[in-house]
Amino acid sequence: MDVLPILLDWLPYLLSGIASTLGLVLAALGLGILLGLPMALGQVYGGRPIRWAVGIYVWFFRGLPILVLLFLFWFGIFPAIGLGHYSAFVVGAVVLGLRGAAYQSQIFRGAIQSVGEGQMIAARSLGMSRFTAIHSVILPQAMRIALPGWSNEYPNILTDSAVCYAIGVVELLTITARIVTQTHITIPIYLATAGIFIILNYGGLKLLHRLEARVAIPGFGTGAM
Amino acid sequence: MNNDEIVLKVEDIHKSFGGIEVLRGVSFDVRRGETKVFIGPSGTGKSTLLRCINQLTIPDRGRVWLDGEEVTNSGARINHFRQKIGMVFQNFFLFDHLTALKNVELALLKVRGMGKAEAREKALTELRQVGMEDWANHYPAELSGGQAQRVSIARALAMDPDVILFDEPTSALDPELTREVLEVMKKLARNGMTMLVVTHEMGFACSVANEVLFMENGVVAEQGSPDLLLNDPQFTRMKDFIGRIDSRMSD
Repeated sequence: MDVLPILLDWLPYLLSGIASTLGLVLAALGLGILLGLPMALGQVYGGRPIRWAVGIYVWFFRGLPILVLLFLFWFGIFPAIGLGHYSAFVVGAVVLGLRGAAYQSQIFRGAIQSVGEGQMIAARSLGMSRFTAIHSVILPQAMRIALPGWSNEYPNILTDSAVCYAIGVVELLTITARIVTQTHITIPIYLATAGIFIILNYGGLKLLHRLEARVAIPGFGTGAM
Repeated sequence: MNNDEIVLKVEDIHKSFGGIEVLRGVSFDVRRGETKVFIGPSGTGKSTLLRCINQLTIPDRGRVWLDGEEVTNSGARINHFRQKIGMVFQNFFLFDHLTALKNVELALLKVRGMGKAEAREKALTELRQVGMEDWANHYPAELSGGQAQRVSIARALAMDPDVILFDEPTSALDPELTREVLEVMKKLARNGMTMLVVTHEMGFACSVANEVLFMENGVVAEQGSPDLLLNDPQFTRMKDFIGRIDSRMSD
């Protein structure tokens, strides 16, 4: 049984699956920052109602299994608010993103809180507004502290993304399953997909580590000197 | 410049933390170019007093004026006053993610709205003042404590403040590094900077202070020139305090 020619035949299809998987991951990471960072700021600097709202959000999205979230949004929430015409890909990306934001907000929150309180005091003593101090002093430090933890979200979301198979997103696992059905070759095809996941994982982390090294500051944070 | 001009006026400052009254009514005036040194046992509210002046700590009662304008209850204008009231901290609080130069530049760019070239020029000038221009591109973690403190003094100076508050600027430093920081402060005093200094350095107090305020239990217990408080038999409390420190150190 020669698998390689078969895989090569299906290569364009596989590549589209890889693109879809990476799309899910990037959307989720992007949404995660876009929502997670403001939520973290709200939790640290906001008033009680904001902290409470963020707390509920995090509790909800961390508390439910990802499959339950996917079904809830795919079959329930999207149709209910008139967005039923959106594709499974969009729903999958949104669910991964909303869930990612819950986790990432806690990474950012921890990082913001670990910036020494003297940094804010010194900034304010120079006449900076709270906003300027957060923007120019606290966040540049917090983001560097958060980066290693945040990088770890990449393999998490990458592997989680395969669950989108369940609502029919045509991502890497879905494509793999279709190839298996068509060719009746099981183990080699799944092994090939596993290999692709490992390569994506390794490559992405490599890039993120390069980013960490790039923004590292001598003697600061957990990064390399 | 009128040397009798009162630049900072502090009136009846009270502050409690958790039911304990740390400051129990402190008042004094600061003339332009004057150096006032605050001495006294730990926990008598000296640092809290400094923080009440620039409203990093909001006093429960009492008022502060800078150049005749009220700093207390000034709302959003507090950021304007803080530019004019520099502060130097025991633990430096340099911005850890920025080089020495950028530490000094940041508020010039973000608060004063200076252009890049002008801010850089100004920052380098201030670093030169404290003998740190050769270290402009080093990060805080790469500096000794004395160097870091000198950069933080440059950072305060860059805003052209009317007065600088020094909150135990040498307490985190060993004697040699203490000396280099005190040298910079002496130079500032000689050049006419108005300074309020909380310190345990009696030598510095005696050589630089126009007036020493000895604080105990949240009030100014004794106040006068260093010579007066140390030599006039009428004053005993600061001498007692210094005697206690000295005997502890010789133990």
